[in-house]
Parts: sequence; C-alpha cells; structure tokens
Amino acid sequence: MGGLIRRMPVTAVCFLVGCISISALPPFNGFVSEWLTFQAALQGTALQGGVLSSLIPLAAAVLALTGALAAACFVKVYGVAFLGQPRTRHARKARIPQPGILAPQIILASLCLVLGIVPTWMVGLLDRIARQLLGHGLPEATAHGWLWLTPVAPQQASYGAPLVLLGIGLACLLAYLFLHPRKQTPIRTSAAWDCGFGPLSPRMQYTSTAFSMPLRRIFRPVWSVSEGMEDTGTGRAYRLKIGDWAWLKIYLPLGALLLAAARRVTLIQGGNIRAYLAYSFFTLLFLLWVIV
Amino acid sequence: MTGWLLAIIQTLLFVLAAPLMTGWVKWLKCRLQNRKGPAPWQPYRDLAKLFRKEVVLAETASPVFRVAPYVVFSVTALAGSVVPLLTVGLPTSAIADVIVLIGFFALARFFLALAGMDVGTAFGGMGSSREMTISSLAEPAMLLAVFTLAMTVASTNLSTMIAHLATEPLQLYPSFIFAALAMALVAVAETGRVPIDNPATHLELTMTHEAMILEYSSRHLALMEWAAMMKLFLYGVLLANLFIPWGVGLTFTPAAIGWGLLAISAKLFFLGIILAVTETSLAKMRLFRVPQYLSLAFILSLIGLLSHVILEQ
Repeated sequence: MGGLIRRMPVTAVCFLVGCISISALPPFNGFVSEWLTFQAALQGTALQGGVLSSLIPLAAAVLALTGALAAACFVKVYGVAFLGQPRTRHARKARIPQPGILAPQIILASLCLVLGIVPTWMVGLLDRIARQLLGHGLPEATAHGWLWLTPVAPQQASYGAPLVLLGIGLACLLAYLFLHPRKQTPIRTSAAWDCGFGPLSPRMQYTSTAFSMPLRRIFRPVWSVSEGMEDTGTGRAYRLKIGDWAWLKIYLPLGALLLAAARRVTLIQGGNIRAYLAYSFFTLLFLLWVIV
Repeated sequence: MTGWLLAIIQTLLFVLAAPLMTGWVKWLKCRLQNRKGPAPWQPYRDLAKLFRKEVVLAETASPVFRVAPYVVFSVTALAGSVVPLLTVGLPTSAIADVIVLIGFFALARFFLALAGMDVGTAFGGMGSSREMTISSLAEPAMLLAVFTLAMTVASTNLSTMIAHLATEPLQLYPSFIFAALAMALVAVAETGRVPIDNPATHLELTMTHEAMILEYSSRHLALMEWAAMMKLFLYGVLLANLFIPWGVGLTFTPAAIGWGLLAISAKLFFLGIILAVTETSLAKMRLFRVPQYLSLAFILSLIGLLSHVILEQ
C-alpha cells in the first residue's frame, strides 16, 4: 500500500470522507451522533443519585477517548494506504476502478456529508420512532429550522452544521484569496529532506506498526503485547503479537478447565466393546434396582 | 446586524492578534534566560517573510499536502470566531458550542497529521504518530473539564457559560479549581509547549509539531505556523474567559467592548508570563512520561467533576 491517492483519486476522496466521518469530526455525520450523545450525557445530572450522575459524564469521557483513538487509527489507515510512497509493486500499479465500483463509494460519501450537514432532517425522521416507542419525542431539537440542531433549548446548546461548513469554506476562500501572492510564482518541486544521507526509499516511511507504537506502549498494561526480533534463517524479522485480555484471562482458563474435566472423563472410555457392554449391563441393573 | 459585524471584527482581531501572544511569550522566555530576544512583533515579520518566499514542494507530496494548510488555518480561525473574546452574545457563538470547538481542534489536527504522513519521510510519520497519541489522551481530560463547567451553568454554549459566570455574584466552586488546572495541563499539551513539546527546537528526534510541518515552506508553512499561534491564543482566551470571566463585555456598547479588550489583554499578558516562567523552569519530558502527565490532567478533571456532583448539587 501507499501513495494510492495519485493512482485512485476518487476513491481517495471518498475514503477520506469516510475516515473523517468515522473519527467523529465536524461537519460530517459521525460528529452529529457524538455531539448528541455528549448532550444526552450532560443531562445525566437530572437523574436521581450521585453515582449515576457522575458515571454518565465519565462514560462520555470514555467515548471521547474512543473517538480520539479512532481518529488516530484512521490517520494511520489513510496515511499508510493513500499517502506517502507506494511500498509494493501492486500499489505502484493500482488502477482507477470501474464506475460500478466507484458509484457506491461516491453515494456513501455524499450521504455522510448530507447527514452531517442537515442532521435536523434525520433527527426529525428518528423522532417518529422515539415517539412511537417511548410516547415522547424531541420537539425542541428541530424547532428552530433546518439550520439549527438544538437538543434541549437554544441557549443551552446549539449546533449549526450548515453554517460550520459555510464558515470553513469561506475562511478557506479568504485565506486563499488574501494570502496567495498576486503574481503567481511557479511552485518548485524538489526531493524531500533526507538529512543528507542519500535518497529516501519507500521502506523508510512510517508503517502502521510504527505509527501505533506509542499507543501500544501506553496500553501495554491492558493488552498483552509481545514484540521482538526473530531469526528466520535467511534474515531477521520483526514479530508482534497482541493478545486479547478477555480471551487470555477469561476464555482460555475456562476452556482449559473444560478440557481437563473432559480428559478425566475419557478414563472410562477405553474403546473396548466388552467394557461398554459391561457399562450398559450395570447401568440396567442399577436402574432396575432403583425403580423396582 | 451589529452582532454579525462585531463577530467579524472579533474574528479578525483574533486572527491578527494571535502572533503577538506567541511573540510575547518568546520575548519573555528569552529575557528569563538572559538573552536579548526578538521583539514581540517578530512573528509578524516571520509570517510576512514566509508569504513572500517561493514554495518548494516535495516530489512525493500529494494534493492533501497542499490542501491541509488551508483547512488547518480556516478551521482554527472558525474556532476562534466561536469563542467570546471581547463580548458575549455574538451570533457566531450559537453555531458551535464548546464540544464542537473540541471537534474543530480535532479536525485541524486530523489534517495536520495527514499532512505529516503525506510526503512519506520518517519524520512526518513520527510527528503524526506522536501528535495523535498525545491528543487521544488529552481529549478525554479536556472534555471532562468542560463537562464540569457545563454542568454548573447547565449549558455548553460558550457565550451562555461566560455570561452566566460573569454576572453571578462571586462564589467559590471547588470543582472549577480542579477543572482549570486540568484544562491548563491539557492546553500545554495540545499547543505543544514545554514540557510536552518544545516549539523552539529543531532537534529532530524530540519534536512533534515541528516534525509534521518539516516539509512545508513559504505560504504553506506560514499558514501552519499561524494556525499554531492561533491555537495557543485560543487556549489562552478559553482559560482566561472561562475561569476569570470578569471584564468580558456583556452588551454591545463601545464602553463594554473597550473594557472587554482591556480585560482580555491584561489576562493574556499575565497568562503569557505564567507560561514563560513555567517553560523556563521545566525541562522537556520524555515522550513516554507524557501519559502520566495527561493522566494527572484526567484525574484532576475527574476530581473536579466528582466535587461538583458531591458538593455543589
């Protein structure tokens, strides 16, 4: 992978939209959901009991951690797959896919944008379901027109997604117009900075393993991470193994216990047909004795 | 209409005044280290110089690399238009609340990190990796601190929050002290100051922000640098106006706005001094000690939240 943005520009743009959406960044759809979840968490104080009303904001903080980790993950995915230099021969020879493959990507990416820009429309649709299930809707949320999403009241919280997009676009345009020099100087291209040690090769780029290394190290107490170098005979290879805590501490011991119990039971299974006949005979005797 | 006009003026002021804060901190730091230091308006000269220079683009750079500076700059400027600088109640503050503001920071950071990955050198990737790691730990602490404030005033709208705190009779909220400390720690981490990252360094293996923008030149570099200055200014204004809200204009009269300008200048003047003193007296931290630093911020904001729930409800 690597450098696919040059070979597959449309896919790259659609993938970028998807990455921004899933990382819950404005003005796309993922952010609207996250924002509404945060707003709901802030209403946690209305509940009875201090434990609940302090646990709910804490859960929201965990959601923020998840969102930020998702952003790190998708910077990594996009950076490794689409940016940089191609690492493999296949990536160097990538072709623009068929229109039939491009169309769904474009449709999904535009849906991400549309749902992010006019969330009021979607919230209005979902409101009907909430009203049917709970008998209570969110009439305030869309009461101030399609521009504003106001979950409780406008002075409490409001989000104008179309205005956010407009603002970003306007600021980009102004920055471009004002800060761009009047006389267009041609852009000179040159090799990237290599510290004076000769040409850079695609293998020197950050890989996905390298990118997530600080996070792996930070979360080492939570996940069982083992990494190291390994001799493969012809050379040395990097080996990384990440174990799942739940799998290692819950499922594996439980499975081992079950297997050990099963092994004990196999003692009576000798495979000898006479022994099995004896088992059935004695069982029959036992049952007759119990019943009669 | 006055509101929109004022909002535009405030945003312009925000964008134009941001380099002064950076210059002020730099000048002060130099003085504290017994150096003469460039004048506080040096960042303006630097930016002007960069805008006149010729762009040199790496051969392996993709369009993302050229789009990113504009996105980072305009998203940060938009974030600036949302935060009350001189006066509250501007129409722009309704567009985005404080949670959207955190989202703006995350969006700018996303593009910054992508730009770092784009050229395909080890430095860029290193910077992006570190930036995303640090920010993913800082974001929960920031959000929890913001939640503590939002729960006290029952609003996430920055304008409402500041107006509420400024008009209320002086009252000591223990939760605010913890939230302010947590937010200050997060602000230092997010704006890449000592002890997390050194803005003055070009020591290749320790840098974070500098590593991501290493391949930039000319106007692209200027936009990236300017955005970083605005981010520092923005965090300063947030800390100043949320935790010391007095002085912010509550009406649109010239007198109120004048007082607001005076108040925010004084607050940022002192915040700059605090920042310069802490930066001079601390050494940069090892990267793998940063999680401890950020977990301290998280615990402080958690204590703030709990003390709000236990003591103030």
